[in-house]
Amino acid sequence: MVRLIIAVTAALFLLPAAAGAAPQIPLERANNDVSNIPSLQRGARYYVNFCLGCHSAQYVRYNRVARDLQLSEDQLVNNLMFTGERPFDTMTIAMPAEDSANWFGKVPPDLSLMSRARGTDYLYTFLRSFYVDENGNSNNKVLPMTSMPNVLWELQGLQRAVYSNGDGEFERFESIRPGSMSAEEFDRAVRDLVNFLDYIGEPIQLERRRLGIKVIAFLLVFMLFAWLLKREIWKDVK
Amino acid sequence: MSTSQPEMSRRLGAAGRFNEWINHRFPLQKLMREHVTEYYASKNFNIWYGFGVLSMLVLVLMIVTGIFLTMSYKPSAAEAFSSVEYIMRDVEYGWLIRYMHSTGASAFFIVVYLHMFRALMYGSYKQPRELVWVLGMLIYVALMAEAFFGYMLPWGQMSYWGAQVIISLFGAIPVVGEPLVEWIRGDFYISDITLNRFFALHVIALPLVLVFLVALHIMALHEVGSNNPDGIEIKEKKDANGVPIDGVAFHPYHTSKDLVIIIGFLILFSAVVFFAPTGGGYFLEYANFEPADQLVTPEKIHPVWYFTPYYAILRAVPDKLGGVILMGAAVFVLFLLPWLDRCKVKSIRYRGWQYKVALATFTVSFVMLGWLGLMPATGIYLLLTQIFTLLYFAFFVFMPVYTRMEKTKPVPDRVVFHG
Repeated sequence: MVRLIIAVTAALFLLPAAAGAAPQIPLERANNDVSNIPSLQRGARYYVNFCLGCHSAQYVRYNRVARDLQLSEDQLVNNLMFTGERPFDTMTIAMPAEDSANWFGKVPPDLSLMSRARGTDYLYTFLRSFYVDENGNSNNKVLPMTSMPNVLWELQGLQRAVYSNGDGEFERFESIRPGSMSAEEFDRAVRDLVNFLDYIGEPIQLERRRLGIKVIAFLLVFMLFAWLLKREIWKDVK
Repeated sequence: MSTSQPEMSRRLGAAGRFNEWINHRFPLQKLMREHVTEYYASKNFNIWYGFGVLSMLVLVLMIVTGIFLTMSYKPSAAEAFSSVEYIMRDVEYGWLIRYMHSTGASAFFIVVYLHMFRALMYGSYKQPRELVWVLGMLIYVALMAEAFFGYMLPWGQMSYWGAQVIISLFGAIPVVGEPLVEWIRGDFYISDITLNRFFALHVIALPLVLVFLVALHIMALHEVGSNNPDGIEIKEKKDANGVPIDGVAFHPYHTSKDLVIIIGFLILFSAVVFFAPTGGGYFLEYANFEPADQLVTPEKIHPVWYFTPYYAILRAVPDKLGGVILMGAAVFVLFLLPWLDRCKVKSIRYRGWQYKVALATFTVSFVMLGWLGLMPATGIYLLLTQIFTLLYFAFFVFMPVYTRMEKTKPVPDRVVFHG
């Protein structure tokens, strides 16, 4: 437990050395589905519980989330809103940027568009790739020396990296302390969370596809009539 | 037998009298006849002849969606990025307008490139259409400027750093380079001031230039008449009424055909807008979903795909000034095409193997350069860039030679048409 606290707190105060470095491991497919409303609801709950303390989603409105995720205003207020916001507010945070820059070495980025900037596979792999490195620090295989602590450690437990004996290449993660969730449950939780991030990246995306089908169906019918008209007009051209 | 004025007016009815009233004051009927109902174009147009009208369609689409975007967009470094997200999330159908505009930018270049390729295939730039080509090239240059200014407006990372790269190119000019760059930016770095002036240029200056040039392009075209896939002047064979035998009126013949082409285009366009609005990261680049940050350079900086052939040429030579000159030459040399091509025959259907090989090589080079412009300029990529840059210029430099050597096929009297 002591080591654990040290690991987490060390990570909290460590300055990032190589933010933005290329992932050291191949990205895994998130395979999330933004049309899965229960998954989005779970994801929203993980977001407000684990992310929203530090990461704002400044373009996302609470009541828009409630509407799209089929939650009533009561459900919204009771499950997703813990501070004094009003339903039409956006998901901002109270932590001043100056303080967070001092604490983490970097202001935690706004997550409204993170799924669009980095891709869902990146986020899915990143959130599952925290490990305790050789020095006992919290580290990450996707974003090495990230200034972000492993906020999901209670769910995931702690893991360490296993390297092959031959060339010293990274092989896999190995659990060194179980969390409250099994590996499968944790993967699902991260997938739900990434699903929610995907949704907030572009809240309109489901409606966009629905409208697209109607528009293209209309255009196909229109094209048939336009083609018949063209054929009629051109039939005398020899 | 002549009819008296009052009698004619009585016979015409209200609508007719209104028409007459207009036509005494404005040449409406004359314009309609000259450009629409009695503008004769060859009956054997193929799909390649649809890209002109599609370019017009996209221009209108860009202007209309642009007007609506301007209503909610804020051209300031502090608010630009947020205002775009506001359009995407809070403005009714703002997402649709914005995606139509962003997809329209890429669609514009796709249809314009295909339109230009059509001209290369069927010799549409040749006598008597040299000015049509030159005006079209001016439209192309204005379009590139318009696209460049517009790409900065979302104020994302790629907007910022892409503009940074392109503006810094002017710094390569000896003596005046650095002051010139400062003058363009209006600041010592790309800032709020730069964004404001680019906004002005994007929403008013360049659109005016574009619309004006498009009007000239069409006027010049209608003066000489459209070319056709056989490269035959249909005006040389006219019937008793002075109508080209192989021509059909723009309306209703070509308009009804264009309508089918337009709907076909809109289906493809909608497929992108509704199902892949980022165009796989080429139409809307992923790095542009992060707000501009002058302290953080994105991993990869490259211009949007429609500029990458020229960007590749820029990087083909190690010297910055040399690269800038080469890039400018790559665009400028296109203007000279009507005078470099010495072959009398227009259409590729009847031209010798030399031009066919040259055009194929040029097309492959242009596409490959487009791809190489997205790759790092090192190692094999650099070598390939240099090879394709040479091939790109070889198409023009040797054109007066190889087009004179062509053994052409006999051109038929009448256009080939399978009714």
